[in-house]
Amino acid sequence: MSLDYDHQQVDFIIAAQQNRPGALLPILHDIQDAFGYIPPDSVAQIASALNLSRAEVHGVITFYHHFRTTPPGRHTIQICCAEACQSMGAERLVEHAEKKLAGRKKGDCELQPVYCLGLCATSPAVMIDEKLHARVTPEKFDALLKNLGDKS
Amino acid sequence: MSIRIFVPRDSVALALGADDVVLAIRTEAARRKLDITLVRNGSRGMLWLEPLVEVQTEKGRVAYGPVSPEDVAALFDANFHHGGQHALCLGLTEELSYLKKQERLTFARVGITDPLSLDDYLAHDGFRGLRNALAVQDAAIVQQVTDSGLRGRGGAAFPTGIKWKTVLNTSASQKYIVCNADEGDSGTFSDRMLMEGDPFALIEGMTIAALAVGATRGYIYVRSEYPHSITVLNEAITVARKAGYLGSDILSSGKPFELEVRKGAGSYVCGEETAMLESLEGKRGIVRAKPPLPAIAGLFGQPSVINNVISLASVPIILAKGASFYKDYGMGRSRGTLPFQLAGNIKQGGLIEKAFGVTLRELMYDFGGGSASGRPIKAVQVGGPLGAYLPESQWDTPLDYEAYASLWAVLGHGGIVVHDDSADMARLAHYAMKFCAIESCGKCTPCRIGATRGVEVMDKIIAGQDGPAQVELLRDLCDTMLNGSMCAMGGMTPYPVLSALNHFPRDFVK
Repeated sequence: MSLDYDHQQVDFIIAAQQNRPGALLPILHDIQDAFGYIPPDSVAQIASALNLSRAEVHGVITFYHHFRTTPPGRHTIQICCAEACQSMGAERLVEHAEKKLAGRKKGDCELQPVYCLGLCATSPAVMIDEKLHARVTPEKFDALLKNLGDKS
Repeated sequence: MSIRIFVPRDSVALALGADDVVLAIRTEAARRKLDITLVRNGSRGMLWLEPLVEVQTEKGRVAYGPVSPEDVAALFDANFHHGGQHALCLGLTEELSYLKKQERLTFARVGITDPLSLDDYLAHDGFRGLRNALAVQDAAIVQQVTDSGLRGRGGAAFPTGIKWKTVLNTSASQKYIVCNADEGDSGTFSDRMLMEGDPFALIEGMTIAALAVGATRGYIYVRSEYPHSITVLNEAITVARKAGYLGSDILSSGKPFELEVRKGAGSYVCGEETAMLESLEGKRGIVRAKPPLPAIAGLFGQPSVINNVISLASVPIILAKGASFYKDYGMGRSRGTLPFQLAGNIKQGGLIEKAFGVTLRELMYDFGGGSASGRPIKAVQVGGPLGAYLPESQWDTPLDYEAYASLWAVLGHGGIVVHDDSADMARLAHYAMKFCAIESCGKCTPCRIGATRGVEVMDKIIAGQDGPAQVELLRDLCDTMLNGSMCAMGGMTPYPVLSALNHFPRDFVK
């Protein structure tokens, strides 16, 4: 059977972590950090190494918002939608971002809601590819988008 | 002598371009052949001024902010590296009223020291609490924490000493100290600021907890949305271990304590202590039934102390200066200080550590300077997404656990989110239900089904369909969630919903 991910690398990640107590989350984090997502075919491999059922591993992956089973877009844009950011116009920012991104190539930028980045006194907050930005107005958003390179 | 310049490494400063400011300062200093030492400190907590650059002078540290990379050349022209005058100059940092009016105990070092410098930590009273703890019996440490009146700062406000005593008195071959750093509440960032600005205080607090109850392993469960906190903590743990403050033999006492950071994965309910334990064990973050209490059967079934970052980081000063020193702050049964976090639509948002008893009006106007938009403030949510909305008639009640309980509100983790008069309280109530529906762990029916039904009812209210009957249904649903949910997720979602409905009924008539 051919696999669409690096089976050996997953083995290596599992081996490095599997003897820690409660190893499943650290393993899933490492796999996602390496591949950008958790390849669905790796579930059986993880389950067998940890002596869990595939259903248990699948259950954990799908419980947490952070884990994903499909490759991410070239850029991930997370806009905080929690109360503090709402009070400073996060909803308008999301609408603006959706409009702006609609014109870009499919799979280029992935827009996600996030609930609190801990920048609540300098709202609205945005995280683009692990980099934080505060007090993001629609104009600042456009400038940040421009910095990502024009791929529309 | 080298000029010491401070540029924070706190997430807020970074999100506002602190790294670019550092680059500009280095470049400009090199061009002018100036010998500078750049210190990446934590944030002072005056977040509207970030990036806040400070310069060490003979008179003390002088602050400039908010500084952008474009300002740097002009700052050097104005001789800022010797405290020179410039439009961005704010004067001596310690004299700024926002800071001067605070009572900083837990945050005493944050913003002042280099978070990863052990020498800095030691020079600012660091590890004095731990040394005192090593000199006494375990029960005496627990007694001091009990006497200090410290209550859980995560939100539940359970007396910390009582919790520790239960763990101390439960015999087991393995006990754990678990730090809850899953600070998911919107409007809160004190855990983050402490972890990024003074990680050794948390390490010291956890080590003292370990000595007090006989634990040998500790975990810090940090949410994945806090990558900078995770980096700083990991580095600080390495430094502390190398210097003998962690490891198999703490300060040659023969007592071991190993500490590890674990990363969450974007689940709000994992801030609930038993869901967090499940997550640490590598499972879905599903809330456990209590009893058994985690203090008796917690992580991996063993007795475990579970405390919030701020609770644990407040322990060193209690052990260093004594229980009565800490207890002298505060009012009623709320002893000590709480690092309030002023956020949302506010002009001067930030971290304000004050003794219990201060009022919302003082925080929002004396410190915060009113709304950011300049419009009148309408409602304030205190205590995170599960906290009540307070109308102006309640802003003069002292911030005290019991006083807030009598208002049918909570202090929670000390987050304060300000909304101006453009806020639609029905939409915010809708959001509270939606958030609960998204984040519910699914274990109990009132929360899992109730939140989804709550969203539907709010949809109808907002659409103006059958309003009075839907409002009655909403109250009935909230009653079920309040009394029937297993944990605070479903059990407290009615706080924002009903307080919005009770105090702002006109927003619910469409």
